[in-house]
Amino acid sequence: MEYWVLALIILPLLSFGLLSFVGEKLPRRGALLSIFLMAISFFLSLGVLYKVLIEGDLSFFYNWLPVGKIFLKAGFLIDTLSAIMLVLVTLISLLIQIYSLGYMAGEERFSWFYAVLSLFTASMLGVVAASSYLFMYFCWELMGLCSYLLIGFWKERETALAAAKKAFLVTRLGDLAFLLGIIYLYFTVGTTEILRVSTSTLTPAKAGLISLLLFGGAVGKSAQFPLHIWLPDAMEGPTPVSAFLHSATMVAAGVYLVARSYSLFSLSPTVFQVITFIGLLTSFLAATMACVAREIKKILAYSTISHLGYMMLGLGTGGLGAGVFHLISHAFFKALLFLGAGCMIHATHTHDIFEMGGLFKRMKITSIAFLIASLSLAGVPPFSGFFSKDEILTSAFASGWWGIFIIALITTFLSAFYIFRLFFIAFLRESNKEIKEAPPIMTFPMIILAFLSIIGGLWKVSFAPFLEEEGEILIAVLLLSLGLSLLGILVAGGIYLYGWTTEENIRSRLTWIYKLIENKYYLDHFYGFVTEKAAFGFSCVCRWFDHQAINKGIDGFAILIRVGGKTIRPVQTGRLRSYMWIIFFTLCIILSIYWWFTLSGVKGG
Amino acid sequence: MPLIYYLALSALLFSLGVFGVLTQRNAINVLISFEIMLNAVNLTLVAFSQFFQLLKGQIFVLFTIGVGAAEVAMALIIIFVIFKTFKTIDLDEIKLMRG
Repeated sequence: MEYWVLALIILPLLSFGLLSFVGEKLPRRGALLSIFLMAISFFLSLGVLYKVLIEGDLSFFYNWLPVGKIFLKAGFLIDTLSAIMLVLVTLISLLIQIYSLGYMAGEERFSWFYAVLSLFTASMLGVVAASSYLFMYFCWELMGLCSYLLIGFWKERETALAAAKKAFLVTRLGDLAFLLGIIYLYFTVGTTEILRVSTSTLTPAKAGLISLLLFGGAVGKSAQFPLHIWLPDAMEGPTPVSAFLHSATMVAAGVYLVARSYSLFSLSPTVFQVITFIGLLTSFLAATMACVAREIKKILAYSTISHLGYMMLGLGTGGLGAGVFHLISHAFFKALLFLGAGCMIHATHTHDIFEMGGLFKRMKITSIAFLIASLSLAGVPPFSGFFSKDEILTSAFASGWWGIFIIALITTFLSAFYIFRLFFIAFLRESNKEIKEAPPIMTFPMIILAFLSIIGGLWKVSFAPFLEEEGEILIAVLLLSLGLSLLGILVAGGIYLYGWTTEENIRSRLTWIYKLIENKYYLDHFYGFVTEKAAFGFSCVCRWFDHQAINKGIDGFAILIRVGGKTIRPVQTGRLRSYMWIIFFTLCIILSIYWWFTLSGVKGG
Repeated sequence: MPLIYYLALSALLFSLGVFGVLTQRNAINVLISFEIMLNAVNLTLVAFSQFFQLLKGQIFVLFTIGVGAAEVAMALIIIFVIFKTFKTIDLDEIKLMRG
């Protein structure tokens, strides 16, 4: 079974290697090879999951980097959590690669796209399977690189390049915290193996510091407040990339990291409060931003941020089960939403939902799949989102903080509202554009994902032992969240379909709120200020110091030497007789000193 | 004759030599002044040798005279080369080494 795990990680790496060198010469420019290898990976991961469920956890390692006499180990730890994640990542990667056959057709650098997608998958699989934080960090960074390459895939566009840089740099901030956490962990515990760290005897204070640093990494990658700003911009990448980035990889990595380190985090209770708070703040702020966005991919991006906040909230209040369950169900319906959005953009050549309209009649399959995903996201039974969302709400309720529960409920309402705002505007409004349904190669993955979004709720039943604490289902919470979801849909329908009031009307009444939200709570401005003004000011000070102190200091020293040399130089006259005079006088002086001493010595004696 | 006479003469000659070295511009004259200083020292050695009735001093003086002769030969050759190079033996004119 070890070899299965190794193989399922190495196969995508292999396809990266092959595609980046000889991709253009392979049939379908290498895409088929990549899909084939990914399919093998997927089946291997299914096998691994099956074996883990039957035989229990598996861990093995290899010597990786020699450091002095010890080796840093590259290890793999496969438990139920990571096995499920392996299946999820390979499955979604496979579906997205199939989808990209249609979406990216005729694209320049087509093979390169597939190569990087494969590398991306491989590094996410590495993060999932890694048994030590150090190895996880290695794969984690690799993923950061891939996200940079993919977001900036259309490198001819200035905005894409800027977005790629932004994504890379902002997540970098989180990664720095992650790395510091790992280093501190290594020096306090002496190992970065996840299993051994969690059983070690750390004081709550130290464990708390380490946990917060690790959580910093998760904040960066999972786009939590205040580092969420890279994610909306990351929409500049091709849509399949967004789908991949927002479901199974990258953003999932942060949540996965928290889930994986759960026992370490448990050593310090305050950490969970921080996680809860940040998750809550993120989910609420992002949900409000999603309500006012106009671009379809931006709406989905904010929705992703909001739901990641939800997962963090679940992890912070409830425990492993709620957050991870939502991670999985969210992966399905969010991938589906993005693939659907890809089809829509492909068909209408616009990103603005107000310019789409009337898609329902012309794109039946896409519309129904999108509807299923939207219902799932809004939290309507029997779709998967309902179950996972309810789980999180239940844990928020059980935490005993009313504020948290109420804000979480409001966020539920907002989610239902924004996604159906999108749906009603884009699909049901009248429009007489000529639009064709996407080709089967693109709809096929969506059908599978739609199917999974429907039955996703059953995961819970299938993996009940993994979800451990089976908190009792509170009927009141369930009804409340369902009611708010339906209310959200109703309000969206009322405003955008039946015309109770217009968006402009609301906008004119709540001008300042709209302004605040549309400017993304001025966070980008704040960062802009910090990076441009503050950093620029600091640079000016540095420049002044460099010019005035360092340059002038060095120059002054040089001048001193030069002037000194000029002054002393005439001593060397080159005339023999002057030297002789010097010798003569020096001799006289030395002799007179000598005599003075001997004579006084004689006198003294 | 008392020792002091020899030493006085020797000191006189030595001072004369120093004066010559310091004041003369002609390389030959400087060389002659050096020789006077050398011989003043020789005279001192011989005087002390006589005074202490030791032969070592006289033998040493014979050596210095021999080495001195060789030295003069070398010095004259150098002066000759200087003359060929600079067309002068005025020491003040030769200032290639001026800083």
